Amino acid sequence: MSKTLFDKIWDAHVVKVLEDGTTILYVDRHLIHEVTSPQAFEGLRLTNRKVHRPELTFATMDHNVPTIDRLNIKDPVSKAQIDALSENCREFGIRLFDLKSENQGIVHIIGPELGITLPGLTMVCGDSHTSTHGAFGAFALGIGTSEVEHVLATQCLPQKRPKTFKVEFTGHPKSHVTAKDFVLKLIGLIGTAGGTGYVLEYCGSVIRSLSMEGRMTVCNMSIEAGARAGLVAPDEITFEYINQEARPFAPKGKNYEEALHYWKSLPSDVGAKYDRELVIDTAQIAPQVTWGTSPGMVMDVTARIPSPDQVPGYSPVDVTHALEYMGLKPGTPITDIQVDTVFIGSCTNARIEDLRIVSRVLKGKKISKRVKVLIVPGSQHVRAQAEREGLDQIFKSAGCEWRESGCSMCLGMNPDQLKPGERCASTSNRNFEGRQGKGGRTHLVSPEMAAACAVTGHFVDIREWEF
Amino acid sequence: MEKFTVYRGIVAPLDRANVDTDQIIAKQFLKSIKRTGFGEHLFFDWRYLSNGKPDPAFPLNDPRLAKASILVARNNFGCGSSREHAVWAIQQYGFHVVIASWEMRNGAKVPAFADIFRNNAMKNSLLAIELSSEEVEQIFSLARVKPGLEATVDLLRQTVTFYANHEVSFHFEVDPAEKVKLIQGLDDIGLTLKEEVAIRSFEAKHNAQKYY
Repeated sequence: MSKTLFDKIWDAHVVKVLEDGTTILYVDRHLIHEVTSPQAFEGLRLTNRKVHRPELTFATMDHNVPTIDRLNIKDPVSKAQIDALSENCREFGIRLFDLKSENQGIVHIIGPELGITLPGLTMVCGDSHTSTHGAFGAFALGIGTSEVEHVLATQCLPQKRPKTFKVEFTGHPKSHVTAKDFVLKLIGLIGTAGGTGYVLEYCGSVIRSLSMEGRMTVCNMSIEAGARAGLVAPDEITFEYINQEARPFAPKGKNYEEALHYWKSLPSDVGAKYDRELVIDTAQIAPQVTWGTSPGMVMDVTARIPSPDQVPGYSPVDVTHALEYMGLKPGTPITDIQVDTVFIGSCTNARIEDLRIVSRVLKGKKISKRVKVLIVPGSQHVRAQAEREGLDQIFKSAGCEWRESGCSMCLGMNPDQLKPGERCASTSNRNFEGRQGKGGRTHLVSPEMAAACAVTGHFVDIREWEF
Repeated sequence: MEKFTVYRGIVAPLDRANVDTDQIIAKQFLKSIKRTGFGEHLFFDWRYLSNGKPDPAFPLNDPRLAKASILVARNNFGCGSSREHAVWAIQQYGFHVVIASWEMRNGAKVPAFADIFRNNAMKNSLLAIELSSEEVEQIFSLARVKPGLEATVDLLRQTVTFYANHEVSFHFEVDPAEKVKLIQGLDDIGLTLKEEVAIRSFEAKHNAQKYY
């Protein structure tokens, strides 16, 4: 019988199907960070349980981390959480990439970077953006803290088999229309709950020609469409990314060859059945900008702010709330909206390719005097690579702040936050009320769009921008 | 896990869709390493004005709903971040049940709850009930007419009954496996650990493959 990529991974990880239909699924890799793990470890202590296979769990610190003077955490509560992770990892024998490690970074950036993320694996993390790792053809899903405890104690997760949803991106995208725009467009089309209950498999010629970085951006935002996991079948681009010296946890030599043989068997079979399918012609996609307080409130950069009764999928009451919060009036062209802050970072768009693109836009230019620009690399490796390439010099000459790695202003658990009423063009993933700081107003865009916005101080159609 | 069978309480209507977990419990309260102390921060940005005073327009600040324990909202409740702190905050504030609405849109079902939130709720015995948007609309109407409206949730019979001027009852669906776990208050991790033999034998085969 023809199987999808998802079917193959799922079937290879079924430990047992219980009488009530629950599947006990084996977990190959578990990533943890400081925010959603402390209560899980506490649970283990209270029940006298051990970590079943400590060598399969990898820890880092990212959410709370200051991006300036990172070893000097001034907030005592943040520091306590970071210290708790160190202590828990020591007690339970888990490998930790702490703030002094060259491997530290946002958990979803370092997994792929270090070769922890591989095709065909099952992966979990107490973070909804775990869907990122699906770009390698791994079934990767975000879980809550009780489930983190469950995986630590058993290396398994009781699951109901999700449905499958094939999203095919076809056509020739216009230049400067990127992976971020594809996924924002998808969320606009199916809504923020359109993928709930499904695993999304992204395919089509457009996905095939995307870099691993671009595929990660698409998979990352699967959760913004409601899907716990996104998937892209592995191919030569995937294998080339993995087969590098700099990926210490990826298989090498003979093991790599054996793995490669398996990985090549993973793509969905011809004729495999999906529960739902959608085809999106990327030639029709313009650069996307969110205007509201839900990632599905998104439009082409050439559009105008909608009236409350013009938004499919949202009630007039919800749109009115959103426009009021965002301080926007119907009919305003998106390109007239001025911003105070530009944030380039997050697990969505803080990989080296993102920074290279941003540097191309900013090279030889100055940022608008009105705008503060934060560039936060996704990991210390990304930071070091950017500095080797001299990108940091371009950013600094343009007037941007070049920071150390962490989640930063994507969710503002560290000191990087918007003030009430401040408006931000952000390469991150969520424009929820208060997400980047209480009263802060977030517009989600691609790295190129954010960089152009940094120069002009307002949104521009990147397709008309010369650089 | 606590056992859940029948529960009676006051209904708090929150007439919004896509209530995200950032809104349920804001980032600044996620730094605790404990499982407690989140209730007072529930819906912080909506509950309090910028001067720190309670916003009288926010439903939970209505004195008649001070003891509310059944929260009612619209579709896609709990979307966004996986933070289980959202469930802890809802429970520690005093809620035992969250009701949200599903609806059909362009031929596809828009679920009442986001997947991760639903799982987290289940793990903590917070009952997440899906009703149709028509039914939830009716609950909002009842609550408008009678603030402080009470309801009984009966998990065994899978019904929720509202005590307005007359009784209004709705049936809800629940996964049979989850129902058993909730009623018996079973320890999820304990259940998986019972399968230790199966896990060990799976690992023996699985670990032999170099690609895992």
